[in-house]
Amino acid sequence: MPFMKRNVKTSRRNPMAAILVIAAGLAVSGGGYAATTAAVASATPVSAAASSAQVDEGHKLFLANCASCHGKNAEGTANAPSLIGVGAAAAEFQVATGRMPGQASGPQLMVKPSQFTEEQTKALAAYVGSLAPGPAIPTEAQLAPNGDATRGGELFRINCAMCHNAVGAGGALTEGKYAPALTQTKAIHIYEAMLSGPQNMPVFNDANLTPTDKKDIITYLTYVQKNPSAGGYELGNLGPVVEGLFIWIFALGFIIAITIWLGAKSN
Amino acid sequence: MSTAVNTQKKGGFLAGTANYLDERVGVAGILKEFGRKVFPDHWSFMLGEVALYSFFVLLLSGTFLTFFFQPAMTPVIYDGVYGPLKGAEMSIAYASTLDISFEVRGGLLMRQVHHWAALLFVAAAGLHMLRVFFTGAFRKPREINWVVGFMLFVLGMAAGFTGYSLPDDLLSGNGLRIIDGMIKGLPVIGAYTSSLLFGGEFPGEQIVARLYGLHILLVPALILIFIVIHLFMVVIHKHTHYSGPGRKDTNVVGYPLMPVYVAKAGGFFFIVFGVIMLIAATFTINPVWNYGGYDPSPVSAGTQPDWYIGFLDGALRLAPTHLEVTAGGVTWAWNILLPMIVGVGFLVVVALYPFLEAWVTGDKREHHVLDRPRNAPTRTAIGAAGVTFYAALWAGASTDLIATNFKMSLNNVLVSIQIILLVAPIIAYLVTKRVCLSLQRKDREIALHGRETGRIIRLPHGEYIEIHEPLDAFEQWKLVDFKDYQPTLARPNAQGKITISARLRAGLSRFYFEDRIAPVSQGELDAAHHDHAPAVTEAPAKKAVTAAKKPAAEKPAAKK
Amino acid sequence: MSDSKSIASGNGSHEPEFEYTGGLAVVAADKVVDPGMEPHRVRMTDKSVKHEKAAARQVAILFLLSVIGSIFSIYAYFAFPLSDDLGTVRNNTLYMGLGITLGLFGIGIGAVHWAKTLMPDAEVSEERHQTRGNEAVRARAIEIIKLADSESGFSRRKLIRRSLYGALALFPIPAIFFFGDLGPNPKDTLRHTMWKAGTRLTKDPSGLPIKASDVTLGSVFHVIPEGLAELEHHKLEEKAKAAVLLVRLDPSEIKESEERKSWSYDGIVAYSKICTHVGCPVALYEQHTHHLLCPCHQSTFDVTDACKVVFGPASRPLPQLPIAVDAEGYLIAQSDFTEPVGPSFWER
Repeated sequence: MPFMKRNVKTSRRNPMAAILVIAAGLAVSGGGYAATTAAVASATPVSAAASSAQVDEGHKLFLANCASCHGKNAEGTANAPSLIGVGAAAAEFQVATGRMPGQASGPQLMVKPSQFTEEQTKALAAYVGSLAPGPAIPTEAQLAPNGDATRGGELFRINCAMCHNAVGAGGALTEGKYAPALTQTKAIHIYEAMLSGPQNMPVFNDANLTPTDKKDIITYLTYVQKNPSAGGYELGNLGPVVEGLFIWIFALGFIIAITIWLGAKSN
Repeated sequence: MSTAVNTQKKGGFLAGTANYLDERVGVAGILKEFGRKVFPDHWSFMLGEVALYSFFVLLLSGTFLTFFFQPAMTPVIYDGVYGPLKGAEMSIAYASTLDISFEVRGGLLMRQVHHWAALLFVAAAGLHMLRVFFTGAFRKPREINWVVGFMLFVLGMAAGFTGYSLPDDLLSGNGLRIIDGMIKGLPVIGAYTSSLLFGGEFPGEQIVARLYGLHILLVPALILIFIVIHLFMVVIHKHTHYSGPGRKDTNVVGYPLMPVYVAKAGGFFFIVFGVIMLIAATFTINPVWNYGGYDPSPVSAGTQPDWYIGFLDGALRLAPTHLEVTAGGVTWAWNILLPMIVGVGFLVVVALYPFLEAWVTGDKREHHVLDRPRNAPTRTAIGAAGVTFYAALWAGASTDLIATNFKMSLNNVLVSIQIILLVAPIIAYLVTKRVCLSLQRKDREIALHGRETGRIIRLPHGEYIEIHEPLDAFEQWKLVDFKDYQPTLARPNAQGKITISARLRAGLSRFYFEDRIAPVSQGELDAAHHDHAPAVTEAPAKKAVTAAKKPAAEKPAAKK
Repeated sequence: MSDSKSIASGNGSHEPEFEYTGGLAVVAADKVVDPGMEPHRVRMTDKSVKHEKAAARQVAILFLLSVIGSIFSIYAYFAFPLSDDLGTVRNNTLYMGLGITLGLFGIGIGAVHWAKTLMPDAEVSEERHQTRGNEAVRARAIEIIKLADSESGFSRRKLIRRSLYGALALFPIPAIFFFGDLGPNPKDTLRHTMWKAGTRLTKDPSGLPIKASDVTLGSVFHVIPEGLAELEHHKLEEKAKAAVLLVRLDPSEIKESEERKSWSYDGIVAYSKICTHVGCPVALYEQHTHHLLCPCHQSTFDVTDACKVVFGPASRPLPQLPIAVDAEGYLIAQSDFTEPVGPSFWER
């Protein structure tokens, strides 16, 4: 945790830099990336043992909101898979990130504001978790970003970067599917996604990436999320294509404006 | 002269220095020859300067970087300040790049200056080439200088690529791996060449040091030599100028080198350097620390080359599936060869274009007055088609980013760009040509009848007409000063035979000059000034003259 | 010899200046007459002393700003030292860069402003000469070449000339051989990897072995051969060939040919991770479509169907690594790959 504190201080120490960078950023489309420095809220604590009241509440919510596709007993229908055995982690991930309940069918479900309160989400997760053994919602200790960032970075590059980009800027999959950016994603959802393999993401079970591995990955991602680039405004971390567009449109555009001033006759 | 006494001390020193230099290096003769050389003033003439100044910045910042960079691939354990790599195994090259970035004051600034300047160098050179192309500045006597400039563009790409590969991070390592794959795909020599380049199997421990030698010695030396040749030829030819009153093929109109151009061009160097510095101070480029050291197993989404190599990477992506052929025990990797042929072929056409156009047009005169792009519709249209083709290849290198940022299917994007690559240049050609011809017609109208003012008046007999404001002679000249061409005919040679090449040439010449608009003649101007009636009611005799002068020009109008 | 001839003939056939050839350019009979250069427009700074003084002041202020910028950047060098905190690097880069930017812009804009407002702005015209030399110069040039030819006997003495050509043609060839030691000849290393019968499949990068039971449906393992992590030499070279992707499929979904039925274990299949196009790691595995996508050039492979190419520029399927399980339940290779991995090459 001292490591964390230092980083938070870093991003606050240079207000001048932030102002300049934002001013420059306004000229660039997608200026919202400036927000990447926003701190990530700490993971929601979830008690491991779900009370039976919670499960009942979850069942009611399930019948009202989910059963039409997933079946009355979550056994699955032609429209949606069975949820028996997917675990509370999968349910919490899908509902809390707003992916579920799903809307119009596209290539894949998108993140949107969640329809449920935190309690309701927990109740739904507890219900789904009660159906059969499956991955549980990770504990706060599992999510604390105090692992080994170097190891986490290496594991992230080997297991995740090919889809999500080396610093989690996201990337394309086939036929309109995509690996979302992880720049705003909460640690709990990163952990749950690894456990449950939502949509086309593969599962990274605890034999593949151990809980320590997962903690290291979260430590690395937290570092990247909290530390703005040392070089200045990041252009979305999207790599050379964006840098090329920038030099053509902004640098050359600016220089051409200067040449026009230079070639124009003075009054 | 009367002030000479007052400033004797100062003047004495200056005069003494000048005398010293003249007696040793003949500086007086140099100044007499070049001091008042005239340069035309136009914003588009400064694009090449941008490239030149970027190159100076590259030399300065690059030299700084060589003091700290170590081009060795020996593995070390990183013990620097960047948290998420502490304790990681990496090459010395990558570790020293991180040290430049984080542990040398101004080091990251210089890295970013160097990389941004490299992108700007190639971009400015490319834009300069487009200016030269679209204004016909490559015509005799400047064909060879076009080739020299083209070589500079290619050398810029080479310098950029060798530099891109030096940090030995995941991004550049995967870039090198793609190069390795392309080299291996070459017929016969592929595997041997790869082994020689990498000193054995990919990645080996040699490639960074080898590319470093090329990057800091051979390629910049060649660039410098070609720049000297390029500028030397500019001095020999004197700069072109745009058509305008008093601007002829036999003169050059502009400002003298001393003092105006020294101040403007010298000041412009500082401005270009300043723009690069401003960008480098505020915008991250190539954050190598994000990628980690090179490891052959991982790859990051969005692995792309710098923009100037993008068209080749795009060509690789756009190749259709299953092109590879195995026959007689050998493999023809057409999925690699075809894109290479397309990319290299495109560059060859660019390099040879001045000679192709000169052959087709049979034009052997010297040209120093530039064409307005609209007055060379076929060339402008060919250029537009070329730009579109290149842009499609370039877009091909960013299919994944287009797909994610515009929420489209990656597969659809790629197939669309394949179609665009083949169809869009043709559309661009046709549209550009029509636009040029329309602009020429508009110029004719304005030259003959003046500018529309939007003021409608009623004549005494009840007719409404719009007042046209006549142009002054200087404005008018810009609209009428261009040359009119006719297609060549295929003529029999000395043996009385019409050769195939003569027919081909005649065909191409027709393609170039069939659709054209003749410049306004003095006779037409005089007639227009005496006759305020609209063009449709012109006297039949005059119309016949116009029609005879530009038979082909009537055709597109008839189509509409 | 050939030089002197071509110039001589070129001299004879050259068209005089500005003659239109081949009926190309239409000579306008009544071309509009060039009105000559525009009259010079007088600037405010030429007309009014006040404006002139203001402009001079502006130029001086710009140069002074440059001085301030340069001094600020030196200040920033000391005021923003580096520590192990990345924020200090950011500040150092930003403030030194901005100081230098001001230093450069001040000089640049000042000089241009000076030129535009205070230096003469009347355009002048300079005569151009044709690039080619005039007839006398060309005649003299030809004379010199002919003289050199006759004095040296270059054209006359065929034996000398031809032996010189031969010598010149051969002298660079030793240099080509010098490059022979840049690298070894490729032997059969392109056809072989570290995998051999019994090598355990281990996790990348830890090198821990993988139990078949660990590979659950929908999961993907990035695999290196056992012992790779401990290699002293050629670790990256071996990894560049041996990287493997391991997934478990529902056995009913796999389309396996007869001879490859024994290459998988209970639905677990292992394929080379190195793209058969130009060698990027093909690592984007989609759990439900079972497609593998290469992020570099978008080649897509179908894992259920022997990793055949379903999209993109690649042609060949990814090579499959035959696997089995040892007595302890760990996954092992049955053999090396049965074909070369990675991009195509001529002799493969």
